[in-house]
Amino acid sequence: MMKFLPLLFATFKRHKLRTLLTVLSIVVAFVLFGYLAAIRKAFEMGVSVAGQDRLVVRHKVSLIQLLPASYEAEIEKIDGVEDATHATWFGGIYQEPRNFFGQMAVKPEEFLKMYPEFVLPPEQLEAWTKTKTGAIVGRTTANRFNFQVGQKIPLQATIWRPKDGGSTWTFDLVGIYEAASKETDTSNFFFRSDYLQENNVWGEGQVGWYYIRVADPSRAEEVARKVDERFANSPAETKTETEGAFVKAFAEQMGNIGAIIRAILTAVFFTILLVAGNTMAQSVRERVSELGVMKAIGFTDAQVLFFVLAESLLIALVGGGIGLTVAWFAIAAGDPTSGALPVFFFPPADVIAGILFAFALGLLTGLIPGVQAMRLNTVEALRRE
Amino acid sequence: MIMRWFSQVFALLDFNIRSLPKRKGAAIAAMFGIAGVVAVLVGVLSIGQGFRRVMMVTGSPDTALVLRSGADSEMTSILGRDEARIVADAPGIARADGKPLVSPELFVIVDLAKRSTGTDANVALRGVEPPAFSVRGDVRVVEGRPFAWGRNEVIVGRGAHAEFRGLDIGSELSFGQNRWKVVGIFEAEGGLPESEIWTDAAVLAPAYRRGSSYQTLVVKLASAGTFQQFKDALTADPRLNVKVVRETDYYAEQSRMITLLITGLGGIISALMAVGAIFGALNTMYTAVASRAREIATLEALGFGSSPVIVSVLIESMLLGLAGGILGALGAWAAFDGYRAATLNWQSFSQVTFAFDVNPPLLMAGIASALAIGFIGGLLPAIRAARLPVAIALRQA
Repeated sequence: MMKFLPLLFATFKRHKLRTLLTVLSIVVAFVLFGYLAAIRKAFEMGVSVAGQDRLVVRHKVSLIQLLPASYEAEIEKIDGVEDATHATWFGGIYQEPRNFFGQMAVKPEEFLKMYPEFVLPPEQLEAWTKTKTGAIVGRTTANRFNFQVGQKIPLQATIWRPKDGGSTWTFDLVGIYEAASKETDTSNFFFRSDYLQENNVWGEGQVGWYYIRVADPSRAEEVARKVDERFANSPAETKTETEGAFVKAFAEQMGNIGAIIRAILTAVFFTILLVAGNTMAQSVRERVSELGVMKAIGFTDAQVLFFVLAESLLIALVGGGIGLTVAWFAIAAGDPTSGALPVFFFPPADVIAGILFAFALGLLTGLIPGVQAMRLNTVEALRRE
Repeated sequence: MIMRWFSQVFALLDFNIRSLPKRKGAAIAAMFGIAGVVAVLVGVLSIGQGFRRVMMVTGSPDTALVLRSGADSEMTSILGRDEARIVADAPGIARADGKPLVSPELFVIVDLAKRSTGTDANVALRGVEPPAFSVRGDVRVVEGRPFAWGRNEVIVGRGAHAEFRGLDIGSELSFGQNRWKVVGIFEAEGGLPESEIWTDAAVLAPAYRRGSSYQTLVVKLASAGTFQQFKDALTADPRLNVKVVRETDYYAEQSRMITLLITGLGGIISALMAVGAIFGALNTMYTAVASRAREIATLEALGFGSSPVIVSVLIESMLLGLAGGILGALGAWAAFDGYRAATLNWQSFSQVTFAFDVNPPLLMAGIASALAIGFIGGLLPAIRAARLPVAIALRQA
């Protein structure tokens, strides 16, 4: 094994520049791969994590139309509904519009029960239930603005004007919630719906939408139909669907732009790999006569194959490894759109996929010329120029 | 002297180009690499250009929007009938037949299914009054007829009709307990209204329980220059609590997010691809130079200078870049120009339909970047070619 190493390095050194350029183009391909993964995630907006047993009930005409707060008790009476709670979009501005993050008015305990993926320390939940102006925020946004528990957070109202005549709502930050898994979006800000209800100029009794937990996920469609039937022909008809369908439809609203960018990136990624792979295979083909010499002086077929494979694997893994690392740091450093994407990170599952791609690249580019080299008739190889 | 330099360059160039068929594979690979970069660059940027064009066409500098102060879009604005009357009396407004050109408008969002995916999308439903058609002079019905005032009828924008289901003339829409009949399709010179549905504000208001309120006032100014006078009069009026924005500024702000998204992503993708293409071009040109080391050395031994060698290699590489650039630009133009898409405009929370726009400046930018890639990819190999020690090169097999 060890005796191979100097030989391996000798092959790299022969065309130093070519080796370098090949590695660099693989690096570029994998940096692109990283961005591809991050962009896909951003456009999906958490579809993958939507709860199977949760339904979303909204106004049939549009999400922006409000529903009566009285629906909660009605929904809970429907067979198959385990629990229901509501949320209302606030849409306030923190300092300036570019600092966007989602803000929703909810009932603290009911909401956290509906969303066990948001983990809030018990003492912070207790503080929240005791503070009417209390609010909690997710880790991502807390880190983004360096929010600390105990701090006051002023938000400019765009939809909900406060009763006192101004346009600023001030919240007391009582907690910072963490994600139960890395997939969970922790960018949102939640505050108490009773505060919103009592302190806005439009009056009480209107909420944004409802969440339902169904007792049996396989009956989700049936429950959704029952809810809509219950409110049919009322002034506020509803549209109920699973949370997954709701989030997906919302993501579809971004439209084909995401799909087009992904298609382009995928094409680019594979093109670069194809070109780099071809160069790597080429460099093996050029050395057929040397491989013949190796066989003539006693290397076995398996050793020759191993030698060729080791070379291509090393190039692919070094290039891929550097590329993925660069992508990891570049993506962590910030999103290239200055905040137009809701989340932007390199999902760990895709890092692993990237490593597998690099491995496959090395294997594929080495295998064909490697097997050819292995099968090579020694005399034939030596006779070639 | 200069003549001789040029004749050397041309002799070398001729020689290089005639030897190209021998290096077909590498040359074609490099050319396609560059073509790919240019196609992607032009393609991605054309999305942003198309979106921007919709917004630019919509905004006009002599038109102002009046919103409630604190509102960040039409969606979150609300104005009473009294306020609308006060605004109409302000100075600086254009008049037709003695009446001020002020269009009070309602703006609500309805769910319609996208033709492409069948999923619901937010579509803007705008309620207007007669002045809307003189204030926004560019709206005209191209199929069917305009809606009748006072009836539950709508006209739909050309883009909305193409993108969403159920908007054909004669079909009925039902939002809540109200039914609306589609009677016409309108165009607005490619502007934002083409993504919307329009109806009579007087019919829309009771259907959405808006009472006697509006969301925005669109005001035609006497000239672009009277904007400040108009704005000052409104902000100084103690009876009003409004914000006044020039329409061009409003739509520039509305397109900010999408523009950031496209230019940010497009920029980073194109930059990475350009780096990849430079590596490809470098590889090609190094191989080209290496395979001709002996010929180059022979020429230098014959008295050719080293600068003509550098220039000839550079020109060759830039020619490859140019060919790739033209190929990529034309490919992008064929594939993307006019391609229709729709996306959610976050600020107004409604769909904007638009067409990708591959325009001449974009094509020029694409070809220019191809030339730059060719130049960078050729520079180092060219220098290497020129510095090759003649004796060693001649000895090479």
